Amino acid sequence: MTDQAISSPAAGMATDVAGPAGPKPKRLTASRVGVYAFLIIAALFFLIPLWVMIVTSLKTLPEIRLGNLFNWPSDLTFDPWIKAWTTACTGRDCDGISPGFWNSVKITVPSVILSVFLAALNGYALSFWKYRGSELFFGLLMFGAFVPYQVVIYPLIIAFREIGIFATLPGIIILHSIFGMPILTLLFRNFFGSLPGELFRAARVDGAGFWQIFVMIMLPMSVPITIVAIILQVTGIWNDFLFGVVFAGRPNMPMTVQLNNIVTTTTGIREYNVNMAATILTALVPLAVYFISGKWFVRGIAAGAVKG
Amino acid sequence: MAQRRWRLSSLQAIIGTIPLIGVSVGVFVICIIFSILWSFTSSKLFPNFDWVGFENYDRLWQTSRWIVSVQNIWLFGVLSIVGNMVFGYVLAVFMDQRIRMEDTFRSIFLYPFAMSLVVTGLVWQWMMDPNLGVQAAMQNLGLEWFRFAPLTDANTAIYGVIVAGIWQGTGVTMAILLAGLRGVDQEIWKAAKVDGIPNWRTYLFIALPMMRGAIATAFVLQCVGVVRVYDLIIALTQGGPGIATQMPAVFVIQHITNRQNVGMGMAAAAMMLAPIIVLIAIRALVMWRAAAQEKRAAKLAIAAEERERLEAAGIAAPVAAE
Repeated sequence: MTDQAISSPAAGMATDVAGPAGPKPKRLTASRVGVYAFLIIAALFFLIPLWVMIVTSLKTLPEIRLGNLFNWPSDLTFDPWIKAWTTACTGRDCDGISPGFWNSVKITVPSVILSVFLAALNGYALSFWKYRGSELFFGLLMFGAFVPYQVVIYPLIIAFREIGIFATLPGIIILHSIFGMPILTLLFRNFFGSLPGELFRAARVDGAGFWQIFVMIMLPMSVPITIVAIILQVTGIWNDFLFGVVFAGRPNMPMTVQLNNIVTTTTGIREYNVNMAATILTALVPLAVYFISGKWFVRGIAAGAVKG
Repeated sequence: MAQRRWRLSSLQAIIGTIPLIGVSVGVFVICIIFSILWSFTSSKLFPNFDWVGFENYDRLWQTSRWIVSVQNIWLFGVLSIVGNMVFGYVLAVFMDQRIRMEDTFRSIFLYPFAMSLVVTGLVWQWMMDPNLGVQAAMQNLGLEWFRFAPLTDANTAIYGVIVAGIWQGTGVTMAILLAGLRGVDQEIWKAAKVDGIPNWRTYLFIALPMMRGAIATAFVLQCVGVVRVYDLIIALTQGGPGIATQMPAVFVIQHITNRQNVGMGMAAAAMMLAPIIVLIAIRALVMWRAAAQEKRAAKLAIAAEERERLEAAGIAAPVAAE
């Protein structure tokens, strides 16, 4: 930082006096080295936990007890992974984390479809079919984006119990759709708001109605924003813990909840390697989404964060 | 006929937004009202409407578990947001130095955000293990003085949580602020260079104030995350040691589940809502004042235009008379 501060004004002055003279010469100054050194140290801070997770999951327990956290396993083993997937115990059940994986799939897929569809519908209606009060509902929804979950969670438990969907698969799917709605609706409303109005008016003149325009014109046009919404929802719902633990019910526990149960199970010896293997397995789906989607992921976060 | 068809479609629009109406009113109005109502009742395991006034709030603020929670959320909130923003901005500035492999660095800084807070918590719990974690590894390397096990001490546990939070969230701040930096007009950089302003001053005093939008975005994202912090605590410390890392979000959930004290839990939930209401009120006030100012400016502009027209007419009139 200081290096730059000292060196750059002089360099700036020099080029100004001489005027622009072709491309910048490629030289390795002290400040360049400093920049890379800082970035690499920062990268290590972010990478070390991942490294530790991977090497721990490949070590045997005796080797772990030696306390050399960062070392590559001398006695490579894949048993912890197999055990984490098939036989690790959460309390009394010893089926590994695989049931949690399938539960998460069963929760995530319908929740993503339902929430994205509803949000697209909301955004479309709020952009092209404003009626008296529609802006008020949207305002309330935006308020909801800031409300801590804890404020509304208990009345929802009671309501779900009254309807009879508490601790069921449909219940948790509806819940995820509710809490995904504020941000996703904003996303779609902004997108539809940026489309030219003539498109809509032309369709109206041709006699198309609310649903026709939505399904035939608007949905096909909103593919990019739908991808962003899907990325946002898949990672968000897969990573959810609170709703899973409260609303999913014992047979539908998602992977994150089961992971936490496996790790905090205190009966018997703590198998750090199995725990880490289970942790990586849980992180795999969102990590895959992240690495495949690349810049879309960042766009999704930024778009979702720009509220109001 | 056309009018009637329009109205029919409008009805379709209302039908289409039934889920929107249901969620916005049903969840974010009615549920909140019920939460607040129950906070004034003696509800224990099941909700009732036996009115007790402010008793729950009184007791809440005498409960050390709650007071520690509130202190923790402030400490955690301020430190993790400041840490996140400073570290995130420094990273963004360094990323902005036309470095090679920018995409690789970006991926590295950002990948923790894709992972669940439960995963983050469990990894850092393992890293901070006093006997087998980073501390032990460094001591094995001969660094006997090395200490890195904040979670075992009630006084330092919260800092362990902050480290994990910063690890998970800084990448996003970096990405948003970097986008903001790239959005700053290139002419500004040239002008600053011509004036001989050192780079770091340009970044700190010229670029930073110009990217208010990006900063606000990152800040809001952080704030929402801080208020909702639950998963991280559960996975990392379970609120312990003792009650050292309790948070309001954990407090509420514990009271409506294991502790079976719905009234108290709802009082705590209402307290969580209070800062949000204050923030929204402030924002509404600012926006209202901005709107009023705009109106006044518009009025002035119209008046000026009028005067100009009159002047033009005044000049034109004598000419016409001649």
